[in-house]
Amino acid sequence: MEHILTPKVEEVKLLDRYTAKKPAIGTLYLTATHLIFVETSCNTRKETWMLHHLIATVEKLPLTAMGCPLHISCKNFHVAHFVISSERDCQNVHQSLVRLSQPVEELYAFLYNPKQDEDERRNGWGFIDSAMDFKRMGLPNEFWEMTDLNKNYELCSTYHSELGIPKTASKGTVFGSAKFRSRGRIPTLSYYHKESNAAICRCSQPLSGLSARCVEDEEMLQAISRANPKSTFMYVVDTRPKLNAMANRAAGKGYENEDNYSNICFQFVGIENIHVMRNSLQKLLEVCAMKSPTMSDYLTGLENSGWLRHIKAVMDAGVFLAKAVAEDKASVLVHCSDGWDRTAQVCSLASILLDPFYRTIKGLMVLIEKEWISMGHKFTQRCGHVDGDPKEVSPVFTQFIECLWNLMEQYPCGFEYNEKYLLEIHNHVYSCQFGNFIGNCQREREEMRHLISFSLVYFFQTFEIVFNLIEYQLHYLFDRFWCGMYNHFDKGMQPKQSILDHLLTITQKKAEGEKKMTDLQILAVMDGVLADQGSPTGTPPEQTSLSPVSVSHTAENAKPLMNGAAVEEAEIELVPTAGSEKMEPVAIEN
Amino acid sequence: MFLCSHFILTQPVTFLVKHQQRCQEMEFAELIKTPRVDGVVLRRPFLPTVEGTLCLTGHHLILSSRQDNTEELWLLHANIDAIEKRFVGSLGTIIVKCKDLRVIQLDIPGMEECLNIASSIEVLSTLDSVSLMYPFFYRPMFQVIEDGWKSFLPEDAFKDLESMTEEWRLSDVNKDYSVCSSYPPLVAVPKDVDDDTLRKAAAFRHGGRFPVLSYYHKKNGMVMMRSGQPLTGTNGRRCKEDEKLINATLRAGKRGYIIDTRTVSVAQQAKARGGGFESEANYPQWRRIHKAIERSSILQESLIKLVEACNDQSHSMDRWLSKLEASNWQTHVKEILTTACLAAQCIDREGASVLVHGTEGTDSTLQVTSLAQIILDPACRTIQGFQALVEREWLQAGHPFQQRCSQSAYSNSKPRCEAPVFLLFLDCVWQILRQFPCSFQFSQHFLVLLFEHTYASQFGTFMGNSASERSKLNLSQKTVSLWSWVNRPQEVERLSNPLYEANCLVIWPSVAPQSLLLWEGVFLRWKRSSRCLDEAYDEMVHIIQYNNKELQNKVNNLRRQLAQLETEEPLLQTP
Repeated sequence: MEHILTPKVEEVKLLDRYTAKKPAIGTLYLTATHLIFVETSCNTRKETWMLHHLIATVEKLPLTAMGCPLHISCKNFHVAHFVISSERDCQNVHQSLVRLSQPVEELYAFLYNPKQDEDERRNGWGFIDSAMDFKRMGLPNEFWEMTDLNKNYELCSTYHSELGIPKTASKGTVFGSAKFRSRGRIPTLSYYHKESNAAICRCSQPLSGLSARCVEDEEMLQAISRANPKSTFMYVVDTRPKLNAMANRAAGKGYENEDNYSNICFQFVGIENIHVMRNSLQKLLEVCAMKSPTMSDYLTGLENSGWLRHIKAVMDAGVFLAKAVAEDKASVLVHCSDGWDRTAQVCSLASILLDPFYRTIKGLMVLIEKEWISMGHKFTQRCGHVDGDPKEVSPVFTQFIECLWNLMEQYPCGFEYNEKYLLEIHNHVYSCQFGNFIGNCQREREEMRHLISFSLVYFFQTFEIVFNLIEYQLHYLFDRFWCGMYNHFDKGMQPKQSILDHLLTITQKKAEGEKKMTDLQILAVMDGVLADQGSPTGTPPEQTSLSPVSVSHTAENAKPLMNGAAVEEAEIELVPTAGSEKMEPVAIEN
Repeated sequence: MFLCSHFILTQPVTFLVKHQQRCQEMEFAELIKTPRVDGVVLRRPFLPTVEGTLCLTGHHLILSSRQDNTEELWLLHANIDAIEKRFVGSLGTIIVKCKDLRVIQLDIPGMEECLNIASSIEVLSTLDSVSLMYPFFYRPMFQVIEDGWKSFLPEDAFKDLESMTEEWRLSDVNKDYSVCSSYPPLVAVPKDVDDDTLRKAAAFRHGGRFPVLSYYHKKNGMVMMRSGQPLTGTNGRRCKEDEKLINATLRAGKRGYIIDTRTVSVAQQAKARGGGFESEANYPQWRRIHKAIERSSILQESLIKLVEACNDQSHSMDRWLSKLEASNWQTHVKEILTTACLAAQCIDREGASVLVHGTEGTDSTLQVTSLAQIILDPACRTIQGFQALVEREWLQAGHPFQQRCSQSAYSNSKPRCEAPVFLLFLDCVWQILRQFPCSFQFSQHFLVLLFEHTYASQFGTFMGNSASERSKLNLSQKTVSLWSWVNRPQEVERLSNPLYEANCLVIWPSVAPQSLLLWEGVFLRWKRSSRCLDEAYDEMVHIIQYNNKELQNKVNNLRRQLAQLETEEPLLQTP
């Protein structure tokens, strides 16, 4: 709390980002966790909440005639432009926010600790458990086993303690291979496709340099290949552009030489590195922030950012993997440089394409746990949670979420979850509550479930049969800029009425209606009981089929209850709320 | 269903043959060298190939597999925009490119047959004679409940206006189309202005299109008018009657806005050709605003580029975006919507009356006036209301449909007056519909249907270029109206938006580039499978119907039973 120099500033203006509309005037509050702007100029109480952890940059701009401008941009793409009349207040707020938005590292609750996770599991928190997921895939089986070779994280410090490896790979092979892989990230199982016996494995780049080779690593790949006896070859996919991979050879790293490994089919898929992606997002955000751009400015900016091209590259790679497994029935080994960014993206996308489980709410959590957290995606650095090297920040996870959104746009009935779930996950990742959300805190998860509740329609569609289709459609789909993500806080740009919200309201009403109906039925039955008593043709068997509650009711207490219900009923409107309400700007932003 | 002959239909073969015989007896016989070829294969993206017999009739290209329960293709010749021939040995292939942007491939065995078919299609799809057009031959196979030709008469529309205000009257000054050839016989004008003034004002406006009422805003009594450009010329000619006419629409002490859909420089250039704009000096009560909606020839080019980009399958992501950008289509959409919003804003927010015109007043002007009404008037967002709007603001208002829609994006011949003016309007409506998915009674199917029928149709609705041409062709007697087809319960149901809830407010769409999407339902319609999207749509309909109907019914039933029991209860308790 000692960081908060001025807890409250009055007469603050919030400028509209796009139009020259009159700025909103209100009061700015600084709390330990949030920056809150309460608009006082209009009759409805409109609040804007910004979580300190989400703040990416706070900028104090030069004094103007209006006052002292303060520009805040958040990691969830929320941008706010305040004008504070007193320069001193502005200075104080700025200083406080700079401190509050960059927490001290050791205080950080986020750092992921697998050991702690084990404890959690022992406590019966098996909801998100990647080991369970391997069991679900049918492991261990005659080809694959789960090994605890990494139980003390000696094999690889950034991997999970339990790893899926081919049965035929000896301990020597595994440890030998680890020495030949960047940071010891050996080839390990990511997804096992029961139907075809083909597997998706992931690792980091080999330390092949210009000519080095490693017998154990070659054996390791052979073992993976043999674990899929029906296929005569396996794919080795390097997700980097060829040029980048070649440059790595000079540094003693590089990629697999097809001559040294038997029966591998080597392939580059050309996803750019974290720095290119970071810059691309930066450009994309500049496009989003343009004031009244022309259509041309916007499309040109979108194109020059290259963002959609990068999204497509990730998606294409995911489709390539899924097709290799489902159609060619061949196993795939994927890596990039360290195998924790691009590799995580494409492995998780391929899993979603192949397995309907990951299209459920729980399944996506499992997938994120399995492919991202337990395989050492550096959330802390990539999301810029702590004040670290800005060059380590990159929207790798954001891209994965966007790919998923694109798939959902195409297959609206293919997913149990909806866009809100993705946005929520994205928000949580950046708000540093990720550890809570995935592993520790049941409450948080309950909240999530409550918020997102469910998808409206959800068939377990198998995507395999429509691979070609996906590929074909991807082509066109990617002119789709995700307005709901990058301009999420510019409500004016969103559709003014949301089909999803509408349907959610309806389904909620339906649930209420159904509940009401059950109540009515109970009442009807109770009245029936009454009637039965009076009528000679009473049918006792019916009574026994009722719930005990209704039977225990007497005529006296049934009546008021019924009246009460009748009043309530009158208020229930089965028809959803009028669109007129939705036309008004959303009252609360946070 | 088999009415919409450019859809895929299921029809008994016997009917097909009879139809063919009938047509051969007619004047088309000599144009059809080979009326029938067996063993033709039809290929379409995302649909199974069909092998069968190809028949050419005077108006249709029909492909039937001659098996029960299989698809048949019925394609109106009028829907064919261009064809390409290719030969591999004796197997010929005709690629048929349609005005609804679909592309299909026909593999025809036999070079001579293929050549004959191709040349017949070419001739039949470009017949110049209006009297040979399909609507004159088409006989409805459905029961006409309400004759669409009589559904939206100007007199009826005026009755609504009369109930709201007495400041306007219906003038029949144009009853023989002599004052303005592109206006209908009846137009609404200020009550205080006599027909003589109208005649003089007409002489001062492009095409005789003197300012007439387009829309009356009930909320505040403000109006929107439209006209052709004033013929000021380089000398700055003026016309007292014209000034009087439009000033008559202003309340005392009020100012109005003139929205010129052209940029200042384009409007300036028009002076050299005798056109121009209203000068501040002569129209002191009016503030003029210039916008930048492009002329029709540029729009046609834009459509061609857009469709080319959509059909190009080789490009990478970036080139797709740059091609989309280069087509300028989205720019036009944004500009038109922005101008419509401006007009609506002047009326609703500023409380001012508006006059809209461009050059002729038959294209961009109508885009703006009709879209402003969609924004302002909830009635235009219903199925009937939208038909009335199209009838009033496009057909009666003299948009030259026949000229504008005789070719679409694939045609090789040099465009003359073709332009996707109406399609752009539909695109803008779709953009608003997407942003307000619960405020329209119709779904995008209705917009797509209108797009199709403007380019090729069995109905007479979009024939001709003006009310006078339509009356000369005697369309209301000799052809069936599209509205007769649309306003049947089963069709209304098909076109309805399940999410609709009447919304009486003004709806302000966002015109930010991020908010405007490419209309995939038209431009990528044949380029992708919509199966999954259709499934989702059906499911959505199901959810809503279940909730609204079934559950409601169940609850109501129970309630009724309870109520009955309740009334019986006292009787039961008394003993």
